Amino acid sequence: MRALAPGRAARLVQLALVALLAMAPLLLGDFRLFLLTEILIFGLFAASLDLLVGYTGLLSLGHAAYLGVGSYATALIAIHLTDNVFAGIAAAVLSSGVVAAATGWLAVRTRGVYFLMLTLAFAQLLFTLAITWDSLTHGANGLPTPKPTLGPGDGGGALDGGTAFYYYALVAFLIGFGLLRAIVASPFGRTLVGIRENEARMRSLGYGVARYRLAVFCIAGAVAGFAGSLTVQHSNYMSPSGISFEVSTLALIAVIIGGRATLVGAVLGSAFVFIIRDELSSAFNEHWRLVLGVVFIGVVYLLPRGLSGLPARTGLLSRRIQTTAGGSA
Amino acid sequence: MIPGIERVSPTVLELSDVSKRYGDLLVLEAVSLSVDAGARHALIGPNGAGKSTLFHVITGTERVTRGRIVFGGKVITTLQEHRRTQLGLGRTFQQTSLFDGLSVIANVELAVQQRSGLAHRLFPSSRGRTRVNERARELLELVGLEPREAILAGALSHGERRQLDVAVSLATNPTLVLMDEPTAGMSRDEAMSFLSMIASLPASLTILMVEHDMDVVFELATWISVLDAGKLIADGTPEAIRGSREVQDAYLGEGEHIAKLFGPV
Amino acid sequence: MTFAAVGAALPGLLNEHLVSILNGLAVGMLLFTMAVGLSLIFGLMDVLNLAHGAIFLLGGYVAFQVIVGEGQSWLAGLAVAVGFGAVAGLALGGILRPIRHRGHLDQALLTLGLAFVLSDLATIFWGSDFQTIPSPVFLQRSVEVLGQFYPAYRLAVMGVGFALAVVVYLVVERTQVGAVLRAAVEDRAMVSALGINVGRVMLAVLALGTALASFGGVIGAPILSLSPGVDAEVLILALIVIVIGGLGSIPGALVGAIVIGQVQSLGTALVPQVAPFALFGAMVIVLAVRPEGIFGSR
Repeated sequence: MRALAPGRAARLVQLALVALLAMAPLLLGDFRLFLLTEILIFGLFAASLDLLVGYTGLLSLGHAAYLGVGSYATALIAIHLTDNVFAGIAAAVLSSGVVAAATGWLAVRTRGVYFLMLTLAFAQLLFTLAITWDSLTHGANGLPTPKPTLGPGDGGGALDGGTAFYYYALVAFLIGFGLLRAIVASPFGRTLVGIRENEARMRSLGYGVARYRLAVFCIAGAVAGFAGSLTVQHSNYMSPSGISFEVSTLALIAVIIGGRATLVGAVLGSAFVFIIRDELSSAFNEHWRLVLGVVFIGVVYLLPRGLSGLPARTGLLSRRIQTTAGGSA
Repeated sequence: MIPGIERVSPTVLELSDVSKRYGDLLVLEAVSLSVDAGARHALIGPNGAGKSTLFHVITGTERVTRGRIVFGGKVITTLQEHRRTQLGLGRTFQQTSLFDGLSVIANVELAVQQRSGLAHRLFPSSRGRTRVNERARELLELVGLEPREAILAGALSHGERRQLDVAVSLATNPTLVLMDEPTAGMSRDEAMSFLSMIASLPASLTILMVEHDMDVVFELATWISVLDAGKLIADGTPEAIRGSREVQDAYLGEGEHIAKLFGPV
Repeated sequence: MTFAAVGAALPGLLNEHLVSILNGLAVGMLLFTMAVGLSLIFGLMDVLNLAHGAIFLLGGYVAFQVIVGEGQSWLAGLAVAVGFGAVAGLALGGILRPIRHRGHLDQALLTLGLAFVLSDLATIFWGSDFQTIPSPVFLQRSVEVLGQFYPAYRLAVMGVGFALAVVVYLVVERTQVGAVLRAAVEDRAMVSALGINVGRVMLAVLALGTALASFGGVIGAPILSLSPGVDAEVLILALIVIVIGGLGSIPGALVGAIVIGQVQSLGTALVPQVAPFALFGAMVIVLAVRPEGIFGSR
């Protein structure tokens, strides 16, 4: 029996997961497939937050702001210009990146609790703007948007039906998630971890810390905007509730429950949050927040590395990899 | 300055008339000082003399109230800390400041990648990464920590942390390294092996250190500056400092230091 | 517009918007009861208690239960709610204890989880409809203020709020207990070295802070009404108050609360479109210009 190198084993697990996701439409019903699509999109959003919270150590309570900017940009483009998905995504990424740069310019100068409160304030500001700017956003009534299309003209290559959209969302998710993975593995990503671990030393090593914080804030904002674009394309509707405090909080909870500074944890955490909210809610008499809150507290207490830290803690993963290796030998 | 001593090497760092005030408290008073290229320059003085403050205004952690600091021919008086590092001013810390959650080699790599312009790259070439890794290994070898490269920095012993701190500082390619009490808290053996490591560093590197231990100072220093109550009271070769009346006066209140400084009478 | 013109317009403004100004003061005082505890707890323990809004709301509900549900007196309801708040603070201290060494991030997260749980518990017991506590009978009338009639209850809220501010200020600034507290904010290790049990000081401040929040929930219930969502709303407003006033500063919390109260009330009356932005705009400007807050020192 030949032992499998850990790097190769991890790659095999990843491939298996992607294959499983690719086969999901065959395995799941309409409702569950819709839920899985939501999880992937929200997971991407939560993973972008992990870049700030987990890797850089910046606790943001207002990340929904950038999701919302992306959503509105896509909604407005789709209503007024074209329902082409790529135009919507481009507008979303650009506008959320710009808004992140403008707000981040101030936010990254603050630390800890002040950063938390500033990000919260920006998000509330945008939330209020979305409600009051009636002529653009239709206020609390929200904006229904046309179905997105892949083709060049209006109506060509419509992403009709749950399965078509699921595959579209899966590809988009893999691109976004792959990008985030590349970022955290890059020298830039290591720089972020250095800032989290010891900011003062980073400065003494010649790092202009504020610049890196701003850069990661913009990247996280742009990826959130990307996820926001997908959200609207999926639900065909956008309202201010998409920017609410609760959206920011749920993403944060997903990151922490899944395990910070892992990226994949953010997606697992999102799955956990959505399953509790949508699948098991009736079992809890609609009190899913209570259950989520209790789990969240338990994780903060007992599992600082989140659920994805659990296998390493119990040695489960290593055993599983050995089994896989044994099977393939 | 003690008269009669010729200085020949070019100056790396020059402080002119530097003062630092905290409210009513004048911590540094018109300190003028130069550090020569390649020197092993020690800054000594009784507790509360202003050594740490002087250190901090040089690194940029604090700003001077008055005066001018020139490093490598550039005025750096108001420059931010990270800009000074980029110009070649490195430092080690009294409380070793490392990235405890990262491995020993990753600590050095973080410093190397800044210097090699890789730090902001999202998609570096694999050659660039290899170069960073190789340079980091070289530096670990230089300070003798190479066998420990995979260990978390948080798990190192006190002496090893100091070694790593030096390697991290050297990774920024400094022309001048400031060391804040490098042997504080070390055992005798640790201090001695640390000193031989410092002695083995390239002669082109200039070192300015704040140090309490007079054995260390006289073992290593080629030049000594003495600070007392915020003023520079003596500046010269170790021999000149040993004979200085003013230095003896400054240390009079601290019998322990006198014994250390001038040996048993 | 010149200062003279503003001066000339002021009496008119006062007449026209007296009710808004007074309402703003009442809201401001409610915010103060929240903000001062939040601020003291942060100053002393470095913990941002994100469950503070939930305790405000639960305090209101507890009093609602005693007064409306059980038909007890107003004072009894207030006393039970304040006691509940203090106990909640002690419990919070116990809950935070195991992760005190982990830094402010994890502690803030824990209080966020608690906020989630507490606000959902509130809907289990009291539903999601608006609940309100009638004001005490002897305050159920109007009083003439500068020629206009205004509810006596709201004036009482203002009076109580101011009195509270003065008392808390005097306790912290002028008493021995306050001196220990201030010293502990400055240097925790030094105070423990003096043989003072800092842990107990922290527990006391936690209990005081949450009792004040609960108190605010009770006196606010006749004005705001209690419903899910009120907790997050007052929490966010109180956070803005302490950022503007300066974390850890009592006068800062008072001034911040009055400013935000006026922006909320008078601002909405004068420039309804701009007011909501002014709220956050004020905070952003203060943080940009004076990051430590108006009364903060860092």
